[in-house]
Amino acid sequence: MPEQIVGLDGLIIPGGESTTIIKLAELYGLREAIARAAAAGMGLWGVCAGLIVIARALTGNAPKPFGLLDIKVARNWFGRQIESFETDLPVAGLSQEPFPAVFIRAPAIVSIGNNVQTLASLPEGIPVAVVSGKILGTAFHPELTADTRLHEFFLNLLNRKDERSREIRQA
Amino acid sequence: MATSSSRGSTTSTNRETGSWRVKGGLAQMLKGGVIMDVTSAEQARIAEEAGACAVMALERVPSDIRAAGGVARMCDPVRVREIMDAVTIPVMAKVRIGHFVEAQILQALGVDYCDESEVLTPADETFHIDKWQFKMPFVCGCTDLGEALRRIGEGAAMIRTKGEAGTGNVVEAVRHARTVLGGIRRLQCTPEEELMTLAKDLRAPYELVCEVREQERLPVVNFAAGGIATPADAALLMQLGMDGVFVGSGIFKASDPALRAAAIVKATTHYNNPDILAEVSVGLGEPMPGIDIRRLDASERLAARGW
Repeated sequence: MPEQIVGLDGLIIPGGESTTIIKLAELYGLREAIARAAAAGMGLWGVCAGLIVIARALTGNAPKPFGLLDIKVARNWFGRQIESFETDLPVAGLSQEPFPAVFIRAPAIVSIGNNVQTLASLPEGIPVAVVSGKILGTAFHPELTADTRLHEFFLNLLNRKDERSREIRQA
Repeated sequence: MATSSSRGSTTSTNRETGSWRVKGGLAQMLKGGVIMDVTSAEQARIAEEAGACAVMALERVPSDIRAAGGVARMCDPVRVREIMDAVTIPVMAKVRIGHFVEAQILQALGVDYCDESEVLTPADETFHIDKWQFKMPFVCGCTDLGEALRRIGEGAAMIRTKGEAGTGNVVEAVRHARTVLGGIRRLQCTPEEELMTLAKDLRAPYELVCEVREQERLPVVNFAAGGIATPADAALLMQLGMDGVFVGSGIFKASDPALRAAAIVKATTHYNNPDILAEVSVGLGEPMPGIDIRRLDASERLAARGW
């Protein structure tokens, strides 16, 4: 519910069905609450369906996303479940070792705004992890593995915000 | 495998499909959601619009299977395809217990999840499908912890209660949910040296019994199914500790399917909020007619199917 968003340092919008998530969020006023909190400096991480939810635009017939991250996303890009896959992926900003990336009926990022930085792409050049300010987006599911490096990366994004607000308070 | 119509996977080099993590992962994404039985593209669209996280493609809903009698088989591939084309959410479909060729056909069609289901007439009264042989993940029904772990041992990546499908009566789903969850709780206070005998009594793989004891839950997502007809039924199973719900006949046998479907989705999301539960339970029209399970003949009880 919207009141549960107030005062959060960060919010992860997880995987699931983006149509279901967007409908229910709309119904209970979460779209506005999350947009407001993000504008006020809350960190945001969209994972798979969550990435779809926070995108600026989607291809094809799809519910209207929140428009918080300047990317265009195509749903179910890789096909149906039997095409879901895992692969090892180098991710910028993490230590050398490739990241075990699990893609479940995953979306792909088809275009990227100027202020968005690509952290990881598939070999064919499709971006699948991006960051912009305090907003992180991944088409794959770090939570399905034991590798916590992207979680740490997200926490660092939030801490950066804390330092800044502390500076403001001190000033 | 059979159909590879995807755009991305053609360039694949070191990509692993059909892994345990990928199979169980999709079920993880369905958690907290409602999976609805549909028999046509139009019903599938109503379900998606109402917020279903997946649909189950069927020839007939369980209450009609019950009424029709005879042999209930896998859905006609034409209908499965129509439903797959109609929605963007995952599409599941049922096969008969032990009928691995029906499962091969569903996998060739590109179905996202296969339900090896007691609702259809069993094809094998001794053995279930070896689900490890498939890239398509499976969900299976269970009535207790042992049955759940036998199915997981055979490769099921998702578990659901059997309940008593097509009755609109939630009592069996509640019984099975409590039996599975109670079995898991009892494991927590069982000393290690008793686990082998407990596994024997449960007729469950020893390794899985140890894993459940350690994780304090099943190693896969665990949904409720069989007899859920109202938003309150769905919230009841969620409060008992299930991960999500299947609704079969409960939606399209009700007087206003779209309204009821949306209400059950909201109730499953907000299962712990009685104010919202009260609000969504208002003015839904007639639920599906129910059946007193005690009046069913033993041969009419679908939950007894499975070994």
